[in-house]
Amino acid sequence: MANRGNRRAKIVGTDIEIDITEKKDIVIESHDDDHGHDDNHHKETFITKYIFSIDHKMISKQYLITGLIMGIVGIAMSLLFRLQLAWPEESFGIFDVLLGKWATDGVMDPNVYLALVTIHGTIMVFFVLTAGLSGTFSNLLIPLQIGARDMASGFLNMISYWLFFISSALMIASLFVEAGPAAAGWTIYPPLSALPQAQPGSAAGMTLWLVSMAFFIASSLLAALNYIVTVLNLRTKGMTMTRLPLTVWAFLVTAIIGVVSFPVLLSAALLLIMDRSFGTSFFLSDIFIQGEVLHYQGGSPVLFEHLFWFLGHPEVYIVLLPALGIASEVIATNARKPIFGYRAMVGSILAIAFLSTIVWGHHMFVTGMNPFLGSVFTFTTLLIAIPSAVKAFNYITTIWKGNIQFNPAMLFAIGLVSTFITGGLTGIILGDSALDINLHDTYFVVAHFHLVMGISALYGLFAGVYHWYPRMFGRMMNKTLGYVHFWITAISAYGVFFPMHFIGMAGLPRRYYTNTNFPYFDDVANINVIITLFALLAGAAQIIFLYNFISSMYYGKKAEQNPWKSTTLEWTAPIKHIHGNWPGKIPHVFRWAYDYSKPGSKEDFVPQNVPLKKGEKELQH
Amino acid sequence: MTILLVLTSLILISIAVWQLTKILELSKPADYDDSEIASDKDNDMQGKLMFLFLIFIYALTIFSFYQWGDVMLPESASVHGENYDNLLWFSFAVIFFVQTITQALLHYFAFKYRGNKKRKALFFADSTFLEGVWTIIPTIALAGLILYGLFTWVDIMTIEENDDALVVELYAQQFNWKARYAGEDGVLGDANVRFLQDFGGKNLVGIDPTDRNGDDDIVVQELHLPVNREVVFRIRSQDVLHSAFMPHFRAQMNAVPGMINQFAFIPNVTTEEIRLRPEIVEKVRKINKIRFDKSEDLVASGDFPLDPYEFDFLLLCNKICGASHYNMQMKIVVETEEEFNRWLDDQPTFKEFVQ
Repeated sequence: MANRGNRRAKIVGTDIEIDITEKKDIVIESHDDDHGHDDNHHKETFITKYIFSIDHKMISKQYLITGLIMGIVGIAMSLLFRLQLAWPEESFGIFDVLLGKWATDGVMDPNVYLALVTIHGTIMVFFVLTAGLSGTFSNLLIPLQIGARDMASGFLNMISYWLFFISSALMIASLFVEAGPAAAGWTIYPPLSALPQAQPGSAAGMTLWLVSMAFFIASSLLAALNYIVTVLNLRTKGMTMTRLPLTVWAFLVTAIIGVVSFPVLLSAALLLIMDRSFGTSFFLSDIFIQGEVLHYQGGSPVLFEHLFWFLGHPEVYIVLLPALGIASEVIATNARKPIFGYRAMVGSILAIAFLSTIVWGHHMFVTGMNPFLGSVFTFTTLLIAIPSAVKAFNYITTIWKGNIQFNPAMLFAIGLVSTFITGGLTGIILGDSALDINLHDTYFVVAHFHLVMGISALYGLFAGVYHWYPRMFGRMMNKTLGYVHFWITAISAYGVFFPMHFIGMAGLPRRYYTNTNFPYFDDVANINVIITLFALLAGAAQIIFLYNFISSMYYGKKAEQNPWKSTTLEWTAPIKHIHGNWPGKIPHVFRWAYDYSKPGSKEDFVPQNVPLKKGEKELQH
Repeated sequence: MTILLVLTSLILISIAVWQLTKILELSKPADYDDSEIASDKDNDMQGKLMFLFLIFIYALTIFSFYQWGDVMLPESASVHGENYDNLLWFSFAVIFFVQTITQALLHYFAFKYRGNKKRKALFFADSTFLEGVWTIIPTIALAGLILYGLFTWVDIMTIEENDDALVVELYAQQFNWKARYAGEDGVLGDANVRFLQDFGGKNLVGIDPTDRNGDDDIVVQELHLPVNREVVFRIRSQDVLHSAFMPHFRAQMNAVPGMINQFAFIPNVTTEEIRLRPEIVEKVRKINKIRFDKSEDLVASGDFPLDPYEFDFLLLCNKICGASHYNMQMKIVVETEEEFNRWLDDQPTFKEFVQ
């Protein structure tokens, strides 16, 4: 009852008032972990604050900035090879400058084309969309949204960031080795990736790639264990699992998939290192190359494909689920409506996660795998469409009859739903083993996965950055630049990937250095020009984002504590970052995370830490 | 020098942007709303743009089909390919229907319910009925697609080798294809990469010289197939992964070192016949126009003009295999049984070739 008198103050008021209210209950409850930490009073040096920080908020910024830098490298690479595809074997000054000896007279070499494609894929999938997206927002939001002082182990968290940093540094270093970086495609199928005789990139470049990935896997395993333990153990009083925001559900399930599948990639990488350096034959057999019969006998490249895709497919959802979690949060907040079908959303996250571990074979329909196995994988793969459809329709219903606030984050969240549908639907074609026969490894696949996991997850990343920028940096990003950034990106993303389906339907294989070496594909050359122009436009739009991101850090308008009028706990913490997140007691939770526009409340949102009014029912969601 | 110029201009451009933002900031009216949170005006504007974006998606779809519909693969040239095409277009019809509806709902709602200060959102958190609807309908649609797909898949992948079938080995290496016919005995001789260096390198696909079945095998660099007869491919690779992709026949199977993979189909159109199909005539005309225009430029700069194009079936490599992956293909000629036999008789057998 004591709380009731203070309730209004809590909705519009500052956190100090919250503390006063809550300190009243502390006497009654004496919940030991709730006491304010002493951490605020520690003297922090530059090194402990900015470099070897164990504060999850700083670590999340470290992940974000490392991810963005890797993103610049990855996207720049794609623009380089798009230039080559649109104007094959033409000379460009930029190639001369950036590629040096790999572009004689400014003409891109076929080996370096493959290297660019490979490293672009690796960087975007692992470094940007796994570490940059999930690393950033899991770190920022898990403790803040569940009401915890920090991760379960701040030290382990710091280690996982620095392992990721080492991994990034090694990947970048691999670009500078004598024979060039890894060039066997991001899937690094042996024997191509195992034999330096097969291509120059499979020498030192591939060694660095494998070592870098080993560090990356160690990093993401430590991080994932930390996330899981934190979510399960450190939730504040009242934060039951069914009151968790969907972001936290997504991060939790993502971490679980990572723990299940990343070790398998590590084993694949280790076995490949053995084959490459110690003469074993796990993946190699009966090979004659460069005039020489090699000693390998009895291995199978198909085994590698199984091991790779046992991670590789769940990886798609490791990338996508956090983006969908962010979209749930951003859409509900900005539509000023509860997320529709909370339980179904959680259920579909769990269903997607479970199914994602038993569908990897759909990447292997035409590898020579038993056709019966192909049938099984077709069945499990197409089942994923059901929880995905539920998610898409629930998003659409969430915005139905909403009061939509078009902040930049909201635009990206809606854009995500749009590309998730467009890209997801073509998955129904590719997941069908029969149809995959003729579309496998064509540009149709490239179009499909870029829309459904590349662009969608990037939109999730952008939505997250625009939405939680005030939380991270205490300032607002410029909304007008945000609008311009979104619309140019949205138009060019479709402009790049929609026409690509047609090139795929023409039968054009992916990873071709040029399509004009023989006449059959001459008529798709002009489509390639259009795609490249859109790609350049999309690349330019990201400069707007970077400008906005950096300049807002220093010149952005100072943020209010809860600028988007959101219900979740991270907005109850003070703007100024302190170690321990809340200066006094940790807020308690009394309701789910989506009380937007609830009838009977004056404001159109009721934060999670506001107790139920007398007679108010918590929704039986 | 170029770098310096580029850098200088980049710096100048950033200064210009910085100054422009400053000017804009200073010239704002006093009552200007400078919060970075969407105002009613923003909501109105962005909501309308959402609707325009829906039109953009539809327009792009229609434009793409109109403009690029003709680059898509022509009708299939194999018996199973017809079933493949039916399944493909059926699936496309389903996903186009869903795409059209869902994008419309998403963007129209975004437009219709664009926010303002007066509006209050509907508190609508759950509906078992609605969720049931969009769980059950996709389930039914997918059950249909899965069943249809699996029947087609089993039909394509089940190889009932009858005595009449032609057995051909497709042999991949960096960066070319070879084909091997079984010869008169109808049996391919054993083969392994360990025999490749025999006969001074003339044993092109590594046939075991002690296996008598291999003596009459015929190794060629151009794939000829008789029309309307089942062809069973045995697919091998000597070095890295490759993929035997024959898009016109809706056929693909990887070539894996250490393994022999199989795929079978019945070609039902000869090269001669397909060249006369109107869609192919049109495609060839279009490509030749492109090549002619390009040749003019080439001649003007002192190079040789491009050869005119004539339609041929192709076997492409469709698994990244190294630097010249993009240029690893083999011509496929489908002809009548008599033409095929005549051609095959002209080719030397393995025994003749290595002597």
